[in-house]
Order: sequence, then C-alpha cells, then structure tokens
Amino acid sequence: MLTLEHLVALTPLILIGAAAVTVMLGIAWRRHHAATALTTGLGLILALLFLPMVAGMGNIDTPLLAVDGLSRFSTVLILLSTLVITLLAYPYLEGHEGAREEFYLLLLCAVAGAITLVSARHLATLFLGVELLSMPLYGMLAYRFREPTSLEAGIKYLVLSAAATAFLLFGMALLYARTGELELAALAVELTGNRDAWVLAGAALMIVGLGFKLSLVPFHLWTPDVYQGGPAPTAMFLATVSKLAVFVVLLRVALAAPLFHDDWLQPVLIALALLSMLAGNLLALFQDNLKRLLGYSSIAHFGYLLVALVVANEMAVEATGVYLLTYVVTTLAVFGAVTVFASPCEGEDGAALADYRGLFWRRPWLAGVLTLGLLSLAGIPPTAGFIGKFYVIALAVEAGHWWLAGGIVLGSAIALFYYLRVMVALYMPASEDSPIRIQDTPHKGLRASMVVLLMLAVLIMVLGIYPAPMIGWANAL
Amino acid sequence: MTLVWLIVLPLIAGVLSWLVERWHGKAPRWIALATMTLLFLIGLALWWHGDVGQGRWLAEWRAAWIPRFGIEVHLALDGLSVVLVTLTALLGMLAVLCSWTDVTERVGFFHFNLLWVLGGVMGVFLALDLFLFFLFWEMMLVPMYFLVALWGHAGAEGKTPVRAATRFFIYTQASGLLMLVAILALVFIHQSGSGVYSFNYEVLLSADVPEALRMPVMLGFFIAFAVKLPVPPLHGWLPDAHAQAPTAGSVLLAGILLKTAAYGLLRFALPLFPEASQVFAPVAMALGLAGIIYGAVLACGQHDMKRLIAYTSISHMGFVLIALYAGTALALQGAVVVMVAHAFSSAALFMLSGQVRERVHSLDMRDMGGLWSRLPVLPVFFLAFVAASLGMPGTANFVGEFMVLFGAFPVAPVVVVIACTGLVLAAIYSLLLMQRVNYGPVQSEDPLPGPDRREYGTLLALLVLVILFGLYPQPLLDTTAPLTDRLELLFTAEAE
Repeated sequence: MLTLEHLVALTPLILIGAAAVTVMLGIAWRRHHAATALTTGLGLILALLFLPMVAGMGNIDTPLLAVDGLSRFSTVLILLSTLVITLLAYPYLEGHEGAREEFYLLLLCAVAGAITLVSARHLATLFLGVELLSMPLYGMLAYRFREPTSLEAGIKYLVLSAAATAFLLFGMALLYARTGELELAALAVELTGNRDAWVLAGAALMIVGLGFKLSLVPFHLWTPDVYQGGPAPTAMFLATVSKLAVFVVLLRVALAAPLFHDDWLQPVLIALALLSMLAGNLLALFQDNLKRLLGYSSIAHFGYLLVALVVANEMAVEATGVYLLTYVVTTLAVFGAVTVFASPCEGEDGAALADYRGLFWRRPWLAGVLTLGLLSLAGIPPTAGFIGKFYVIALAVEAGHWWLAGGIVLGSAIALFYYLRVMVALYMPASEDSPIRIQDTPHKGLRASMVVLLMLAVLIMVLGIYPAPMIGWANAL
Repeated sequence: MTLVWLIVLPLIAGVLSWLVERWHGKAPRWIALATMTLLFLIGLALWWHGDVGQGRWLAEWRAAWIPRFGIEVHLALDGLSVVLVTLTALLGMLAVLCSWTDVTERVGFFHFNLLWVLGGVMGVFLALDLFLFFLFWEMMLVPMYFLVALWGHAGAEGKTPVRAATRFFIYTQASGLLMLVAILALVFIHQSGSGVYSFNYEVLLSADVPEALRMPVMLGFFIAFAVKLPVPPLHGWLPDAHAQAPTAGSVLLAGILLKTAAYGLLRFALPLFPEASQVFAPVAMALGLAGIIYGAVLACGQHDMKRLIAYTSISHMGFVLIALYAGTALALQGAVVVMVAHAFSSAALFMLSGQVRERVHSLDMRDMGGLWSRLPVLPVFFLAFVAASLGMPGTANFVGEFMVLFGAFPVAPVVVVIACTGLVLAAIYSLLLMQRVNYGPVQSEDPLPGPDRREYGTLLALLVLVILFGLYPQPLLDTTAPLTDRLELLFTAEAE
C-alpha cells in the first residue's frame, strides 16, 4: 500500500513531474524561452532542496521504488547534471530557429525517467524508467531537425533503442516465466540455486538491452554518430544522466541477483569490460571530431566501470559512487565546453579538432576548462578522474582480476594519445584558415555558462586534491 | 613545514609567473629564478644543518589526507633526498637561465610549466606515502609534456615535437599505472595481513608479501622506474624527447627526471622487495650492461648533437643500474655520485648545444665543424664537459664511475669487466662529438658571438661543481652513507 510516508519520499520525482506539466501548460499558454528555462531550473532546484528532507527519513521501500542511499546519491547527481545542462542549453538554443521551449519539456520527462530508473526495485519500474528516459531522447536528439546529422542521430537512436528494448523485455519475460516474480528482491530469492538455460538467457538478454544504453562494445555502434549528430546539450545528457541511471540500475540488479556471480555470466561481463575498454579507446584514436571522440571515450569509461559490476561487493558500490561522481563532473565540464563553444547553435555543431586549434589564445578560460576536463578523463592526478581510476584499479586488484587491471592500464595508455592530441591542439598557434566563429558580443547567457564551467573545473581539482568527503559519502551508500 | 614549502612554492610561483606575464614580459623569468634560488638556499640550509647520523629522517611532516585508505600527506627528507632536492633547485635555476633568450613565445605559460615540473619532482623526492609519491610521479608529466610539445624543435625527417612529447607521456604514464597496480597489490596484501589500509612507506616495509607475488609486484615498480631511467628496451621515448625538447626541457629531463627513476629504485624498489631484488639482480645488471653498450654504440652514430648526448645518458644510467643491484655500500654511493655528476655534465652539454644552436641554427653536426676558430670560449667549455662526460680523472664523473666499478667488482666481476668497455666507448663518442663540432673543416669564416655573462656564469658554475666534487666528493658520501649502509645490510642479509 502507498502511504503518506511513501509519497513524501517520492517528492523529488513528483516535483519533476509537476515541473514538466507546468512547462507544458506554459508553452501552451505563451511561448517564452527564458521563462521556460527558468521554470525548469526552479523545478530542479526545488526537487534538490527536498532531497535532504527525504534523506532524513532513512531507507523507504515503496511497492515499486526504493528510496535508499544509492537512489538518493544518483538523484542528486541527476538533478545537478540536469541543472547544468539546462543552464548551458539556454544560450545554445538561442541560435535555434524553430521552437525552443519543448526541449525543456523533453528534458524534464527524461529526468523523471532517470530518477525512476535509479530507484527501481521492480522490473516494471525498471522498464518504465528506461522507456521514459529514452523516448524524450529521440526528440532531443532530432531537435534540430533541419540539420541532417541531428535527424540522423535521432532516427538511429530510435531504431537501435527500440531493438534494445525488445531484448530487455524478452529477457524480463524469460525471468518471469521461470520465477513468476517481477520484484527484484523476490526474483533474487527465486533465482538462488537456479541455473537453467532460460534464466541465464534472460539475464544475458537484459544485459544486452541495458548494455546498449551504456554503449558497451559490441552494442556501441550507434554511439559515435549519435554523439556527433545530436545537439551538444543532448549529447551531454546522454553521456551523463542517461548512462549514470542505466548503470545504477544494472548495479542494483547485479547486487541483488546472485546470478551475476555465476561462472557463466561473469566471464561474459569480463569480456564486455575488456572489449569496451580496448575497443572504445582504439576507435577513438584517430577521430577528428571532438564529440565523436568523446563518444568513444565514454564507451571506454563504462568499460572501466564494468569492473564494479564484475566484482559486485560492498566496495564495488563505493567505487561506483566515486567513479560516477568524478565521471559526471568531468564529462559535464568537457561537454559543457563543447556546448559553449558551439553556442549559439547555427548549422552543425562545430566540433572538428581543427576548429579547436589555438583555442587557448582566443578563449583561454574555455580552453583551460577543456584541458582540465580532458586530463581528468585521462585520469591524471591531481584531478578527480584520477580518484575514479584509482578506485576501479583498486577494485580489480583487490578481487584479483589481473586481466581487468591490465586492461585498464593498457586502455588508459591508449587513451592518453587522443586526449593529448586534443589538448595540445588547444595550445597550438591557430591555423590561418580555420573556420572560427568569434563572438564579438557574447550572449549574456554564455557568461553564466562560463561561470558554471569554471565551477566544474574547480570541482574537478578539489575532488582530486581533497577527495575525503566524496569518499565518505560514497562509502555510506 | 619547510618540506611543504619546497613543493608548494614552485607551484604558487608557477601560477604567479603565468599571471604576471601580461604586465611585464620579463617578470615570469625573474619570479622563476628567484623561487629556484630560494629553494636552492633552503636545500643548502637543510643539508648544512641536518645531521644525517641522527635518526632516520632529517625532517618529517605528515597530515591525514584520505583516511578511508590510510593515505597521508607524508613528507620526509633524508641524506639522499636532501642531495637531490638541492640538485633539483640548482638545475631549476639553470633551466630558467638557459631559456632566457631561447624561449621568446608564451613566456608566462612556459615558466608555469617549468615550475610545475620542478614542484612535481620535489614532491617525488620528498613523498613517503606511496599514493602521494605516485601522484607527484604522474603530476610532473603533464607540464613536461607541454614543455616539449609546445616549445620543442622539430627533429629530423619531419618528426614533430608533439610526437616526441606524446611518446614520452605514454611511456611514462603507462608504466606508471603498472606501478599503481603494484602499489595497490602491496597495500591489499598488507591489509589482508594486518587488517588496516596503509600507504605509508615505513609500514609497508614490513609487509609480508607471499613468495609467489613478490616478483610480479617488484616488477611493477621496476618497469616504471626502468622506463624513466631509461633501461633498454624501454628507452624508446628518450632520444626523441631529449633531442626535440627546448634546452631547458632537456636540462630538466637529463638532469633531474632521469634521477627520479634511480631515486625510486633506491628508495622503494630495493628496500620494499629485497629478496625479489636479489633474485632479479643478475637480470638487472645485464640490462644495465646492455644500456651501457647500446647507448654508447648508438651515440657514436648520431648526427644530431642532442640525440648523441641523449644516448650517452642511457649509457651513464647503465652504470647506476649496475651499482644499485650490486648492493654494496661503495657501489651505491658511487651511483649517487654518478647521478649528481651526470646531472651536471649532461645539463652543461645540453646548455652548450642550445647555445650553439642559437648561433649556428642547427643541431646537425654535419653543419658544424671548425667552431674552435669561429666561436670564442664556448669550445673550451665544450672540451671540459666532454672530458667530464667521458670520465676523466679529476671530474666528479670519474669518481662516480670508479666507485661503481670498484664497489660492484666483488659481487659481479664479469659484469664489471664488460662495463669497463663502456668507458672506452665513452672516450670514442666524446671525442667524436668534440671533433665534429669544434674541429674539422670550417663551414664558414664568419665569426660567431661568444657567450654573454649569463651563459659564461652558468657554465662556469657547473664546471666548478664538476671539478669540486671530482676532487672532494666527501660531502656527498657523508650525507648518503647511512642510507647506503642500510641498503647494503638488507642486501647482504638476503644473500646469506
């Protein structure tokens, strides 16, 4: 039964839903870009403010959603990331010639999906969350439909995502057929000791479905095109919120179901992790488009993080928390810089490496943020990314998975090549004929974006130099 | 607290010199120079006042950092560190001075990177917490990368400095991550025995590593240090990085960065894994021999002056490696002397090549020849440092190499005999360098400008130091004696 306590625990989700409705009604009444963005921001902040109150109530299990440490942690990350994305999307969309307001509506719907997903304790909410997260993304990716690449990204994501959903559903159906349960905890109990082919197939199919959303190799084929073609804020959402939510739910399933420690399934996960680390990094090597390159790099990063799923113990949760936090902050900074660089949008987002050449000598702060972000992605101390990498290597070493540790080392070495390539280009003298758009009078929204980016850059350094509070938080999950 | 300042000062000065560039073009240079002079004085004061016979550390500073894993900010200074810290500060001063006219673009950013490399190196020499050590180890790479990539010179056959810098970065970073894996393995092994996480050096010294894991974990450390030293076949980054770096970059690379590797072996790899090191010693010495011969032979065949000097570094570091794994106190002290002497002589040679390059606009020795008649004073310095590099008695290099060979002989006579051929080869490549640059047919009759006061002063200072330590190396030996004695004990205890 749903009680009042449950309702209070779900306030953040409800508030996001309310914000989405408000935005929709607002658009129906009168279109106003700034007001819509502001409403979205307020909704997100309000939901954030409610979280400490929810935290005071302890862990609460509603029939379909679990409000516990992990879900609160992820919700905070989701809300904060979306807030950053909203702030950066505003000046970006100023250049969009079509309707701008619906973007925020889609964004809020996707956020609601993400929050549902990270709190899911039932296969029904899991599926609902995945779909609620993905559906708005089709629209957000194809938002700049006059650009062929944006449209292509949207349709590609739609088709492949639908296929992945089919896998996911089929996997769930198989598990349900064998156990008669949909609730994760009950499912786990039923599965203990059950090792027949149908159960394994069901679990494997679910991994395929979720692996697609995480763009693990070999389910990654959509990633580069979608990252490159989609509008920069959407790519940012895809790389942070969407991946975070899906990974958290996967971790939840892995922690609950002993199935994942099976002799048969674990090698599959290890293989997926190794493939993603190596293939993601190798494919990124010679990319000339920064967004594409970041797409591949995000594949590799989730390869590293899969180590947590393979190990799946107490420390794995902590490591996931730390890694996701550092990854999200870093990715927001990097994609944020790309977004600001492309704002206000006109034509296809300029993200070719040639465009970035000599950026430091034209826009030093932007280039500085990008440099720090790239260093953090590469895991160089003393940035936040290093702490994340430290955790996954520690996890692999502690559990004695030497192959995975070796894969991380090799992957990081390969990754350095392309991160350095981008980084050094920022400081090169700009080539004469590079197509540069220099804003004479920067949009005033861009100034706010720059402040946000600088805050993220500071955060990257602070988390790298003084990670104790972050670790304490993740440790308590 | 002094120890913290040794690291933090260059970092702060780095940011400062970047910021002041917009007000005054020369200001970054002066800030950098003043900082390094201050650090040098601090280093000397620590050396002067520290009594190495008393206790384990001259100075120590610790504070909790990441309690979850027992990670601390733990800095400490002993005889070896004080020598290397002072050396770092000195070479830092020289690096600033030698780029005074060499670097004219992006001066502020250049000095930012320079000072951050130096700060990172200071950290490496002072950190006693393995996590902190790794952090500094990696931290010095990024600014070094920028130094080579942005201010480097294109090499022969269209090699870009970016390529050389990337190579350097990937080699060191990848091997560094191997070390991180090894550190973590060590920490978890210790944790499974004692129940507490600790990255503290002194605590981990007592970790009881199971027999089967000793060798792999030790190798994790060894490979990281071997790449930096460098030991063939892991030296691939060195010739390009040295040859294409700006003068200051080469000075830092050869003078200090290579020494961090020898320091790492002395401080961590040997004491943490005495048994495994003992077993591994023959292999390490063979690698050292390979380095000596390979570096010397390849040096003979180079046309690029800086590449030649770079290869001689491989050769000299081979002696250090042999000494470290011979494990006698005499050899270990010899290694320290070689490190210091090589820092002086190679830094001087790189500075000289930089100065020749500024005048002749080439580093290709085929474009040179006959400089003795065209260029006042500099060829004399050339002769002096080439003599030092080949180990002429009276220079510090001679003392070091002699001690290494003498100290290693009781342990590994065959190795020493073969290593001696390295000295012959050293004479060949040194004279080749001297002959091709300064003698031979004159390429042009135009006289070239001699050294100004800055160039004169720096070279003279280095020359004085080389001869001073050549005639009276005792201060170096006294300060490092407690450490080397302890290491010898460790080694002989294992052998019995």
